[in-house]
Amino acid sequence: MTAVMGTPMKRKEDPKLLTGEGKFVDDIQVPGQLWMGMVRSTMAHANIKGIDTSAAAQMPGVHSVYTGSELADMDLWIAPLPCVWPVTPDMLNPPHYPVAAETAHHVGDIVAVVLADSRYEAADAAEQVVVDYEVLPVVASLADAVAGEKLAHQDLGTNQAYHWALEPAPEAVEAAFASAVHTVKGEFVQQRLIPAAMEPRGVLAVPSPHGGELTIYSSTQVPHILKVMFAATTGIPEQKIRVIAPAVGGGFGAKLNVNPDELLAVTLANRLGRAVRWTETRSEAAFSTHQGRGQHQTIEIAADAEGKIQAVRVHLNADMGAYMMLITPGVPVLGSFLYTGVYNVPAFGFTCDGYFTNLTPTDAYRGAGRPEASYAIERAMDMLAAEVGVGPEEIRRRNYLAGGEAFEDLETASTLVFDSGHYGPNLDAALEMAGYSDLLAQQQARRDAGDKKELGIGLCTYVEICGLAPSRALAGLNYGAGGWEAGTVRLLPTGKVEVVSGSTPHGQGHETSWSQIVADKLGIDPNDVTVLHSDTAISPLGLDTYGSRSLSVGGVAIAMACDKVIDKAKQIAAHQLEANLDDLTFEGGSFSVKGSPDKALAIQEIAFGAFTAHNLPDGMEPNLNEQVIFDPPNFAFPFGTHVAVVEVDTDTGGTTLLDYIAVDDCGNQVNPMIVEGQIHGGIVQGVAQALYEVAEYDADGNCKNPSFLDYLVPSPTELPNIKTGFTTTPSTSNPLGVKGAGEAGTIGSAAAVINAVCNALKPYGVNDIEMPATPMRVWQAINEGSQG
Amino acid sequence: MIPAAFDYVEAVSAEAAIAALGQHGDEAKLMAGGHSLLPLMKFRLATPSVVIDIGRLSDLSYINDGGDHVAIGALTRHAAVETSDLLKSQAPILAHVAGEVGDPAVRHRGTLGGSLAHGDPASDLPAAILALNATMVVKGPSGQREIAATDFFTGFLQTALAADEMLTEIRVPKVPDAGWSYQKFNRRAQDWAIVGVAAVSNGSTNVALVNMGQTPLRAAAVEAALGGGASAADAAAAAAEGLTPPEDLNADATYRAHLAKVLVGRALSEAGAG
Ligand SMILES: Cc1cc2nc3c(=O)[nH]c(=O)nc-3n(C[C@H](O)[C@H](O)[C@H](O)COP(=O)(O)OP(=O)(O)OC[C@H]3O[C@@H](n4cnc5c(N)ncnc54)[C@H](O)[C@@H]3O)c2cc1C
Repeated sequence: MTAVMGTPMKRKEDPKLLTGEGKFVDDIQVPGQLWMGMVRSTMAHANIKGIDTSAAAQMPGVHSVYTGSELADMDLWIAPLPCVWPVTPDMLNPPHYPVAAETAHHVGDIVAVVLADSRYEAADAAEQVVVDYEVLPVVASLADAVAGEKLAHQDLGTNQAYHWALEPAPEAVEAAFASAVHTVKGEFVQQRLIPAAMEPRGVLAVPSPHGGELTIYSSTQVPHILKVMFAATTGIPEQKIRVIAPAVGGGFGAKLNVNPDELLAVTLANRLGRAVRWTETRSEAAFSTHQGRGQHQTIEIAADAEGKIQAVRVHLNADMGAYMMLITPGVPVLGSFLYTGVYNVPAFGFTCDGYFTNLTPTDAYRGAGRPEASYAIERAMDMLAAEVGVGPEEIRRRNYLAGGEAFEDLETASTLVFDSGHYGPNLDAALEMAGYSDLLAQQQARRDAGDKKELGIGLCTYVEICGLAPSRALAGLNYGAGGWEAGTVRLLPTGKVEVVSGSTPHGQGHETSWSQIVADKLGIDPNDVTVLHSDTAISPLGLDTYGSRSLSVGGVAIAMACDKVIDKAKQIAAHQLEANLDDLTFEGGSFSVKGSPDKALAIQEIAFGAFTAHNLPDGMEPNLNEQVIFDPPNFAFPFGTHVAVVEVDTDTGGTTLLDYIAVDDCGNQVNPMIVEGQIHGGIVQGVAQALYEVAEYDADGNCKNPSFLDYLVPSPTELPNIKTGFTTTPSTSNPLGVKGAGEAGTIGSAAAVINAVCNALKPYGVNDIEMPATPMRVWQAINEGSQG
Repeated sequence: MIPAAFDYVEAVSAEAAIAALGQHGDEAKLMAGGHSLLPLMKFRLATPSVVIDIGRLSDLSYINDGGDHVAIGALTRHAAVETSDLLKSQAPILAHVAGEVGDPAVRHRGTLGGSLAHGDPASDLPAAILALNATMVVKGPSGQREIAATDFFTGFLQTALAADEMLTEIRVPKVPDAGWSYQKFNRRAQDWAIVGVAAVSNGSTNVALVNMGQTPLRAAAVEAALGGGASAADAAAAAAEGLTPPEDLNADATYRAHLAKVLVGRALSEAGAG
C-alpha cells in the first residue's frame, strides 16, 4: 500500500457535484410545501405604524400573511435569536426576533411574511403588503454610530454595545512609545463585504405527518449548532429536531449563523403542520445574510533606531450592524490576538468598541477578525520600513519572533502561545519564488524610463489562529460553545469503513481528506472509506466547520479514532493468533507476528471477527467502532509569506494584478491539492477586498449595490496564475502536526495587494489607499499625492 | 430576482412579432436574447404583461455581403459577429467590439439588434455602430424604413423605433482599410465599460463614446477638432466637452471626463488619426 497521506488525491466529492447529482436545499421538494415570501423593511430605521395585508391575502396561491406583531402574539419563540459570544458581561444586546414587530432596524429587516403555494406567488403577494412607516433617524455608517448624534436603537440611549480591552501591560506600552525613536500610525478602513457563496442560503422545514418531529434542511455550515439553537429558541424538544445540511455551495462564514428566516420556517412549519421553505435571491442576500468586516482601525508601532518593535497599540471601532447575530461581537475580539503578527513585540495593547448601526448585521466572514488584524499590522510594517528607511523584507526580518528561527510553544505579547513557527526560511522561499530582486530591478527600470505604468511589489508575512480550542480557553473568551470535535471510525462486517464526521463540509473536501487519513492509518484503499456527515441523525455529535478547524480538530479526532480501532484490533489479533501483543506489528493493513510472517490477520478479517464476536478476548465488546472527541490543548498558528505584483496605470488609475506568489505553512498536509485549492480561493477573497468589493450605503442606510451588477466579485479573468509554495512546520497542538488552511489565503492577501499598490505609487507621494483600491480612488490619490 | 407575471408569445416571423406588438401596444416587449430585458424584469424594473419572443427567428440571424455594405440580421448573436470572417475583413472594429461584450455566455445569447434597440449608453456595440455610420433597417405595420445610426439613439434607453416597430437589419459600410480602435475601460473583463471609445479613421475620423451621456453618442468636439486640423492630443483633450457624464459607484463625472480624454487619446493614436 503506497502512502495516501500527503498525496494530491482527486476529490471524491467532485463527480457528484460536476454531474449535477449533488442535491442542494433548493433541489429538495416536498408535497404540500409552502413558500415564504419576506416583506422586508425598505427603511433602515422606522417604527411600524401599521401593516395592511388585505390585498396580499387575496392574491392567488396565498395561504396566509403574518405581520411581526401577529407572529409575536403566536408564542412561536421562547427566546430571541441567539448571540453566543457576549464578549463582556455588560455588552448591550437588544432582543432580536425573526420578524420586527414594532421597529425595523435595518433595510431588509423582516416585517411580515407571506406563505404561498409557489415562490412566484409568494413574491407577488409580498409586494402587495403595505407598511406604514414612521421614519426614525438613521445610523447609516460606523462614523455615524461613533458620532452618536443619532441612535440605531432608540431605547438603548447609546450606539456603543461594548468596550473590550486586551491590555496585559499598559504601562510598558506607554513607556515604549515615550522612548521610541520611530513611531508610525496607520488608520485603516475594513469595508463591509457581502459574502457571495455560489449557493445562496435556503431552508426547508418539514414536520412529521403526525406532528411533533421536524426535519430541517438548511444551506448551513453548522447543522449541529442549528439543532441546539432551534430547540433553545423555539422550545421544540431538541431530540425531536433533525437538521440536515445537504450539498452546500460554499459558506465563507455567512452560513455560520442562526437566521431569522430559518427560525420562521421552523416555527411556522411546526405550527401549521406543513412544510415551509425559503431560498434567498441574490439581491435579497445583501439584506438577509450577515456581512463581513466593517471596522475602523488605528494601529501604532513604536520602534527603536534599527526599527525593532518596542510596542504595538491598536484601537478598533467595529460595526455590529443592527443586531448581535451568533458571534457578531466576537469577530474583532478573535482578531485582537493577531495584531502583533509574526513579530517580537515586547508590549502590546488593544481596545475595541463595538457599535450598532442601522445596517445589515455583521458576523464571521472568511478569516473573521484575522484578515483585519493581519492587514493592519502588515500595512503598518510597510509604513515602519519607510520610516526607518529599509526595505519591507528587511523590517520583517529584524522583527521576527525567535529571530526567524524555528520555535515551539512560544508565548507572545498578545498572551497566546504560538504552537510552532519558522518564519525566516518561509520568507526566503517566497522572495526566491517571486524573483524579488529582479522585480525591484524591473520596477526601477520602468521608473527610469518614465513608464506611466508603475510596477508595485507588496509583501505580507501573516500568522493566523485556527482550530479554536481547548474549550476551556474559549470559556475565558466568554464564547458560548466548546472547541472539540467528534469523529467515529467503524469497520463494517465486509471490511469496508464508515467514518462519521462531526465537522460538516460545505465545499472543503472532508470526504476525501478523511478517507486519506483513515486509509493511511488502517492501511486500506481510500475508496473503501465512506464519510458520513452533515445530518444530526447520522452524526449526532459535532461542532461543524468554521475557523479553519475541521482538519486540526475534526480530522485529528478521526485519526485518533483509527488509533483506537487499531489498538482493539491488535488485541483481537493477539488473541486469535495466540501471540503476545508486543510481538505483533501492524503494517499495510495487516497484523503479523514478528518472526513468523505467515501468522497474519488483515484488519478486514479482524473486522469480520469482531462482528461475529465468536472468538474475542474475554469481556471485549463486539465490533470495531470507535469514537474520539478531541479537544486540542492549544490553537494552531499557520503562517506564510505572500508577494503581490501589481501594475498601476497612472493615467487611468487601473490596477492589474500581474503575479501572486504564496508560500504558506500549514504544518503537515493531508491532501496538497485541496490545500492549494483552499489557498487559491482564499487569496482571491482577499484580492476581492483589496481591489473590488465593498457594500456601499447611502445616507438613508440603503445598500447601493446589492446585485452582482455593481457588487464586483472578481472572476478568473482578473487574476494571474497564482503560484503556491509551502514550508512545513508541524503543529504541536495535535498528533497529526496539522494546521488549518481554509482562511490563510484571505488573511495574507489583502495586505499584500495594498502594500503592492502603495509600493507602486510611492513616487507619487501616496502612502495609503483605502480598500477597495478602485481605479477612481487610485487616480484621485495620485492627483492628491502629487499636488500635496 | 423574481419577475412579475407575464404572458409569453412566441413569434413565428418578424411580421407576426410586429402584429403582436400592434395588438398589445405598450404592454408588450420583444425579447431577443433576453440579456438586457430579463435582468430588468427580474428586478421588476420592467413589468411587461406580454413578452414576445423573437429569439428563435433564425432567418433574421445572418451576416451577408451587401455590396458596399455588410448586412447583419438583427437576431445575430454577438458571438457570430465576433467570429465572422466577412466582418473581420470589412469592418473589423465591429467583430472586435462584439468580442468585448460581457462574457462568452452573454455573447452566445445577446443579439446585435437587441443591444442596439435597448439603447443603453453603457453598451459597447452602439458605439461601434455609430463610429461606422451604420444604417438601421426597421419594419413596422406600414412597411420598412431606414434610420441612420446617428439618428437612432434618442434618449436614455430610448431609440427612434416606434412602439410597433422592430429592428430587422443593420447595414455596416465596408471599411476594410480604415484605421480603428476600441478602448474599453472597466474593472472586470465581463463588465460594461466605465468609459469606452470607438474610433474609425477612414479619411476623416469618427469617434463614439460609451457611458459618457444619456445615449450612445459621437464625440462631436473631438471630431470637430480633428476636422479643424488639431493634433490627436489636442483633440483628445476635448473628449468630454459639452457632455454630462453619468455618475455611479465606479466613477464620478470628473473621473469619467478624465478617462474619456485618456481613452480618446489612445484610440486616436491606435487608429492612426490626427
Ligand atoms: C452579465 C451580462 C453582461 C453584459 N455585459 C455587457 C457588456 O459588457 N457590454 C454590452 O454592451 N452589453 C453587455 N450586456 C448586454 C448584452 O449585450 C445584451 O445581450 C444586449 O444588450 C441586449 O441584447 P438581447 O438580444 O439580449 O436583447 P433583449 O434583452 O432581448 O432585449 C433588449 C431590449 O431591446 C428590445 N429588442 C430586442 N430586439 C429587438 C428588435 N429586433 N427590434 C426591436 N426591439 C428589440 C427588447 O424589447 C428590449 O427592450 C451584458 C448582459 C449581461 C446579462
